[in-house]
Amino acid sequence: MYVFLIRRVLAAIPVVVVVTIFVFALLHLAPGDPAAIIAGDLATAEDVAKIRAKLGLDQPLMIQFFTWAGQLLRGDLGNSIFSAHPVSQLIGQRLEPTLTLTVMTLFISILLAVPLGVIAAWRVGSWIDRGVMGFAVFGFSVPGFVIGYVLIWVFAIELDWLPVQGYTPLAKGFWPWLSNIILPSVTLALAYMALIARITRAAMLETLSQDYIRTAHAKGLATPHVLLRHALHNAAVPIVTVIGIGVALLIGGVVVTESVFAIPGLGRLTVDAILRRDYPVIQGIILVFSGAYVLVNLIVDMLYTVLDPRIRY
Amino acid sequence: MSGASESIAIPDAPPARAGVVAFLRRHPTVVIGCTLLLAIVIASIAAPWLGTVDPISINPGQRLKSPSAEYWFGTDRFGRDLYSRVIYGGRISLIVGLSVAALATVIGLAIGLVSGYLRAVDAVVMRVMDGMMAIPAIMLAIALIALSKASVLIVIIAVALPEIPRVVRLVRAIVLTIREQPYIEAATATGTSLPRILLRHFLPNALPPLIVQATYICASAVLIEAALSFLGAGTPPEVPSWGNIMAEARPYFQLKPMMVLLPGIFLAVTVLAINLVGDGLRDMLDPRLARKM
Amino acid sequence: MSVYRRNAFRATAAGALALILASPWSAIAQSVLRLVPQADLKILDTVQTTNNITSNHGYMVYDTLFSLDGKLAAKPQMVESYSKSPDSLTWKFKLRPGLKFHDGQAVTAKDAVASILRFSKRIPAGVTMMQFAKEIVATGGDTFEIRLNKPFGLVLETLAGPENPLFVTREADAQLDPNTAMTTAIGSGPFMFVREEWVPGSKVVYKKNPDYKPRSEPADGFAGGKLAKVDRVEWLVIPDSNTAVQALIKGEVDIIEIPQTDLLPLVRKDPNITVKVIDRVGTQAIYRMNHLIPPFNNAKARQALLYATGDQRDYLSSMIGFAEYEKPCWAVFICGTPFETQAGVGDWAKGDKKANIEKAKALLKEAGYKGEKVVVLDPVETHLAHAQAVVTAQKLREIGMTVELAAIDWGTQSARRQIKDGPDKNPGAWNIFHTWGGGLAMNSPLSNTPTPSACDGKNWFGWPCDEELEKIRLEFPLAPPEKQKEIVERLQKRFYEVVPYIPAGQFFAPVAFRKNLSGILDTPRLVLWNIEKK
Repeated sequence: MYVFLIRRVLAAIPVVVVVTIFVFALLHLAPGDPAAIIAGDLATAEDVAKIRAKLGLDQPLMIQFFTWAGQLLRGDLGNSIFSAHPVSQLIGQRLEPTLTLTVMTLFISILLAVPLGVIAAWRVGSWIDRGVMGFAVFGFSVPGFVIGYVLIWVFAIELDWLPVQGYTPLAKGFWPWLSNIILPSVTLALAYMALIARITRAAMLETLSQDYIRTAHAKGLATPHVLLRHALHNAAVPIVTVIGIGVALLIGGVVVTESVFAIPGLGRLTVDAILRRDYPVIQGIILVFSGAYVLVNLIVDMLYTVLDPRIRY
Repeated sequence: MSGASESIAIPDAPPARAGVVAFLRRHPTVVIGCTLLLAIVIASIAAPWLGTVDPISINPGQRLKSPSAEYWFGTDRFGRDLYSRVIYGGRISLIVGLSVAALATVIGLAIGLVSGYLRAVDAVVMRVMDGMMAIPAIMLAIALIALSKASVLIVIIAVALPEIPRVVRLVRAIVLTIREQPYIEAATATGTSLPRILLRHFLPNALPPLIVQATYICASAVLIEAALSFLGAGTPPEVPSWGNIMAEARPYFQLKPMMVLLPGIFLAVTVLAINLVGDGLRDMLDPRLARKM
Repeated sequence: MSVYRRNAFRATAAGALALILASPWSAIAQSVLRLVPQADLKILDTVQTTNNITSNHGYMVYDTLFSLDGKLAAKPQMVESYSKSPDSLTWKFKLRPGLKFHDGQAVTAKDAVASILRFSKRIPAGVTMMQFAKEIVATGGDTFEIRLNKPFGLVLETLAGPENPLFVTREADAQLDPNTAMTTAIGSGPFMFVREEWVPGSKVVYKKNPDYKPRSEPADGFAGGKLAKVDRVEWLVIPDSNTAVQALIKGEVDIIEIPQTDLLPLVRKDPNITVKVIDRVGTQAIYRMNHLIPPFNNAKARQALLYATGDQRDYLSSMIGFAEYEKPCWAVFICGTPFETQAGVGDWAKGDKKANIEKAKALLKEAGYKGEKVVVLDPVETHLAHAQAVVTAQKLREIGMTVELAAIDWGTQSARRQIKDGPDKNPGAWNIFHTWGGGLAMNSPLSNTPTPSACDGKNWFGWPCDEELEKIRLEFPLAPPEKQKEIVERLQKRFYEVVPYIPAGQFFAPVAFRKNLSGILDTPRLVLWNIEKK
């Protein structure tokens, strides 16, 4: 197990390096010129060229890359081209809201979706099953921003229970923090629950029909026991996979949700940085993201071995 | 424990020669799904003959009108006829959704099967997949479009690429579970060749969850296309897709909710139809689970 | 179950406790003004960038030597007294006593001189002034002089320029190269920048400068006493226009600097919200052609665009959608200003659509247009520019042109419009892009950026070339005030012969704020001093 762990972590390094080079090349080959954005709309090409030179953006791509990579090896992600803030600080500022949103969403959706999926599979064909499946379809066929707007309208404007927008750090109190994060988490969770419930149900149906379940049933084991002990246990592998994949999907959803609710998280930092071509920031975020993916997938792979001892590494 | 045990008690499905009526009775969801989907596909193909006007012709004097006899769905911020845009919009949305689902699933399935079975390949492939997943889809799309040109094809490729690793991981997980089953060991022992094992045992096992995943990809592709539209990297907003109609109507949600909801309903119905078809196919393809719904 | 209950109870209790604690706390708390700015503050340096949001930041933390009052006349601000020599070549200035930077240092003449010099290397008005200047020197602790080679009528106007204002920074900061970003924000203005709380992309915080020495006159336009009447100002960036409006209705924010006009019906219903135009000069939408490549390297083809644009109504209603905020205007130097004139404006402005299209088609034929593809840049995430681009695409199609509406983002437009080559040499080639300019910059031949048409290819993107137009334009700064109008008329006449760009209409963006605010000044740009919050 430990050997596996070390091997995996070592294997992750080339992944991150390749991603880094790939992203750097793509970014710098794509059109868009931070110097032009800095100079402003009414600046002339000469002004833009001067600023570009000052930023070192007129250097050959290779030199720019090695300058950046050199900094990186010293643990320095560089500074934003625009605000001159260190990239690590910018990411640090944005980590809490995004982590809160992600964890809260995962919490809500797993808590609700896995039982829903299990019940739907157990009572397959019943009105419960149809209800769950109908909800699943609804959940991921409505765009996140529409759900967000409806929730704002109902819970923040009409009922006046929760704030419209913004984020309050946990340090400033539990309720202010929670009240700001409820609507965005529910917005995100709705689509995500739909996915988890569907896959849970599918995996459960698969397992329920396998021989040993039939055997268990024939042996006269009580239904909830069979359901939980055998079926869920075996269905866990695909479910965990989907949750692992879902973390990746969450990052995409976070971008939209953070925009709708004006939450200063990593998603918005990414979009802002892309739109203004703040290269060091984009590159820094990519590094953080790839790190997170590698970690999540590592955890998922380890969960496989725990959940299903037949899988070995 | 009604459903599962009952269906298991029933003997195997009757011969495939049974008539249309029998098919209808056995798979109502497929029929409903196919009908809906067909209706939407036909509507978007036959758009010019369905009382539509030029969907890109603007008329700022008539902007943001509510639904009326002249403008069935009202007009958008440029005074374009929303009904025409929604009907025409199905073309781009369906093309993007279906192409992405097909592309991602086929490629992901192939890679996932091989990777799950061959350990030597597995390590390398999965690291590449991790790398692919590590790049946010939106960024990849912007870069791809910047390097070539904004077009529907590029959007399809850009949306499909990040979906591939997700399919691969799902397929691989299933393969890993099934690989250890006794009957596979038996097959290997009797000298059955690898492609045959893959085809006969893994594919049928991987297919049902994969269909669920494909329907999800199809739906999400349509939504990602909309998200890309916001960032200027989607299908060009002048040519309507359900995604970019909603994206453009987004600020007006409170004021004219129908501007977002009408294309949204079309989108939701389409997704529903695809899901019904997917669920139905799943039951048909998997004999053990037949007659469940 | 019981665990769940207990947690739920705990949450409720915490909420109740927070509410109890919150109410008395807010009563004794500082007054906080919350504003949704027009954009995110990306850059702190008001010389390096000409973006409006950065000069808004400048208005908060810095002070200016002169300021425009409500009638747009230059009035001393940091300057106590000034004089002009009889030959108009030497201008003497004396600073007000007691001015202090936020770090406690006194403001000296050296700071002022260094700030003028840095400003004048980059901002067009300053660059022009330097062409007349011999030297700018500090002559004492609080006195400095601008010495000219030849008379220049716009010294005070340059020092008081409102669009890209000349802010006074510390000498050390002002010695930076104008193209290197100044990352400090130490000024002598009414508010202080709270760096620790700045979250780029989300939040900018200022607090009241307790040591600020306002002028004794009442606030009037940008001039007069700039008294901060709230303890703290927070700029909250809300990227979603709908969410921003909801936050205003809910009272989570107090002002939206530029609400999206289409959403105004939502706030107008609300009795607690005022919607008001404070900028009576307005903004002019324009579109610019690439003059170096076909078809718009031909003046006739550019004239065809005048007819295609017609009465500008389609542009204005797509961008704004409220007649009261729209003003069709073909005066190059802005309607409602002393330089408004109808000189050279042809019958396209009457807006007879059929006649206009026919005339445009005829002009295109004369220009020898043969259906080449015209690339219109369409920054889809930018509300105003996207609206303009879609309208232009339709207008061009109506007059028989082949159009490619290139969907991109604003950042790509900024980069792509630098491309001079045609599509044969560069796939990124463009023919038309859209933008807009603040009325106070567009209203003078000196500060209007898109008009200069020198043929050196160094002028603003699109590179119009007409020596005749440029010659008339350069007469302007040399002329005495009474001759300026006549020059503007000749200039505009020539403008519509060679058509460097197309004005697409003038508009007045309103500010939306909650009624518990008072003292919002009628300035072309929203400034936050003098505002009280009840």
